[in-house]
Amino acid sequence: MLSNLWLIPVWPLLGFLINGFFGRRIGKGAVGIVACGSVGLSLLTSVVAVAELLALSAEGRRVTQVVAPWIGAGNFQADWGLLLDPLSAVMILVVSGVGFLIHVYSIGYMHEDPDYPRFFTYLNLFTFSMLMLVLADNYLLLYVFWEAVGLCSYLLIGFWFEKRSAADAGKKAFIVNRVGDFGFALGVMLLWTILGTLQYDQVFASAPAQLPAGGVVVTAITLLLFVGATGKSAQLPLYVWLPDAMEGPTPVSALIHAATMVTAGVYMVARSAPLFDLAPVSLTVVAWIGGLTAVFAATIALVQNDIKRIVAYSTISQLGYMFLGCGVGAYAAAIFHLATHAFFKALLFLGSGSVIHGLSGEQDIRKMGALRKHMPVTAWTFLIAALANAGIFPLAGFWSKDEILYGAVAGGHVVVWALGAGGAFLTAFYMLRCYYVVFEGRSRVDAHAAHHLHESPRVMTAPLVILAAFSAGVGFVGVPPEHGVYHRFVEPVFAAAKGAVPHAAAVGEVPMAVLSLAIAVAGGLMATRFYVWRPESPARMVERYPKAYQVLLDKYYVDELYEALFVEPIRNGSVWLWRQFDDLVIDGSVNGVAAVVRVGSLVLRRVQTGYVMNYVLSFIVGVVVILGYLAFWR
Amino acid sequence: MQVPLEAYLLLSAFLFATGVIGVATRRNALIIFMSIELMLNAVNLTFLAFARFLNSMEGQIFVFFVMVVAAAEVAVGLAIIIAIYRNRETVDVAELNLLKW
Repeated sequence: MLSNLWLIPVWPLLGFLINGFFGRRIGKGAVGIVACGSVGLSLLTSVVAVAELLALSAEGRRVTQVVAPWIGAGNFQADWGLLLDPLSAVMILVVSGVGFLIHVYSIGYMHEDPDYPRFFTYLNLFTFSMLMLVLADNYLLLYVFWEAVGLCSYLLIGFWFEKRSAADAGKKAFIVNRVGDFGFALGVMLLWTILGTLQYDQVFASAPAQLPAGGVVVTAITLLLFVGATGKSAQLPLYVWLPDAMEGPTPVSALIHAATMVTAGVYMVARSAPLFDLAPVSLTVVAWIGGLTAVFAATIALVQNDIKRIVAYSTISQLGYMFLGCGVGAYAAAIFHLATHAFFKALLFLGSGSVIHGLSGEQDIRKMGALRKHMPVTAWTFLIAALANAGIFPLAGFWSKDEILYGAVAGGHVVVWALGAGGAFLTAFYMLRCYYVVFEGRSRVDAHAAHHLHESPRVMTAPLVILAAFSAGVGFVGVPPEHGVYHRFVEPVFAAAKGAVPHAAAVGEVPMAVLSLAIAVAGGLMATRFYVWRPESPARMVERYPKAYQVLLDKYYVDELYEALFVEPIRNGSVWLWRQFDDLVIDGSVNGVAAVVRVGSLVLRRVQTGYVMNYVLSFIVGVVVILGYLAFWR
Repeated sequence: MQVPLEAYLLLSAFLFATGVIGVATRRNALIIFMSIELMLNAVNLTFLAFARFLNSMEGQIFVFFVMVVAAAEVAVGLAIIIAIYRNRETVDVAELNLLKW
């Protein structure tokens, strides 16, 4: 398998082609089998490949394969090259594993949809693109598939494109991503200009020599790369597309906007660790943006009423944690959190989808309540995911989040740690709020929806259970921190990054872990007080702080700010250009040419009098002139 | 005393000018054709004058060609005029202005 790495991403590509061209003809059952089967095959090949990788010695776990040559211009070479090392190994397992479960879930969720083949076509295309993104061995290929997953995101968010809001959300996602991608492209170009190559091993080998540590150039490169990550992974200030992306079908939200695509930014920063290591300023920026985003998004999630939006803001917040981890040098911890987050966040989205499906489309949590009796499997898997997200021991989220926070402390970044800790408190609160309001308490469900209320079919609940098992157990591969199976596997990738966490720190690991747990439990208890013991508390809080509540509910008016700062001026500029330039200048000159011809012909046609005598006369005059010229001038 | 060459040429020129004026001025199509014939004959006279004074046969032969062309042209031209008359009831060229803009 290791000598044929292309076998990992090729199956979803085949699935995309088959479902794309023949989907309508082969029928729903076949489409589902092709789509899920292709991702399943990717999962199998990934597992085999990783097993073979593990069989190699710890220093030598790095396999490359050039599938085909691509660009060879002068000294520059960029090929279709694949790289399997521990970092990409973790990514392919997450992408194909969670992807497979979501594909199976979608068979149930999208069953009634008339565009069933198109959905699976796009999902397969996405899975292929994401696998290629994480397996690429050079920045150019990474960029190509970075754009490709952005395209799939646009296609899938706007899947129900006849709905105006969905089409707008797709556009917003693509355009905001494009802004980030512009920075990313500039970073890649700068990298090539200075180093002359874009292949990972060559870049990381020559960077320390060519780029002075802490210098302007390397800081510029890494900041530009991070701008791209900001867009793709929904951090401040380019996060605004992700909440709107909830217009897409819930499996899309689970796969693309929780588990995989949005993590591409984290992967890219982690992959570029040797470069970021040379630019401490950039690392600080990454950590701060991560920490601020984590808290910012968590505060918004506190008061949202749409179940998918709560989970969306939670995703933005958790991505902030991952960048926080990268920024303090705890790259392995960040990737660990990426993996655990993939499981419980996908579970939260799929669980939300199950609730929405059971309630015939209701998404407002104020119209839910007491659903545990009717949807028990959905309820307990959702609870496990919520607790894992909150960082409760011994679920997966506890281990990964705590390790990131410990990394912050160990590196001396106390303020960033405080941001992370504050975010953890808020996370526990809003997650349990979501669980209580949806599944416990009094039922506020509409009579019509209550009539059809049912637990989801096995094809949807089975993935939920599997994901719950992972959310609970996968944390243990990272135990004990820095010496667990996971760490011994992944650490060599980041060994070169000297900004990595020093193993000795001011405070011990166990006390910090207990503190993290205490913060999370405190948040959970606060939520229990607000929504179980004293259910009148939320309304009283809103009464006491109406303005603060409104600001949070309206998401700090960031969308309105962007609308006024960027969208309106551009739109007005376009209208001005349309009226002044396109209508007046361009149309004017084209019509002007026609007008000149018309006026000219109005004048010239008077020669055509139709009167033979005139023609004869001009004939005679012409002859005289010519004869005169020949006789007298020559 | 022999008639000088200039006399013949002057006569031809005069006849040709008369023909030109006739073509340019007259409105009746038949008169225009007659003027055209006049121009052709003036040219014939010029050719013959030069043929006599330069003692060459080419001039005489060319006159034959001119006469043949004149005859053919008259045949076709008169046919056209008759067709026009049948359509328009007139041979006044001033009234044939369908090609006016």
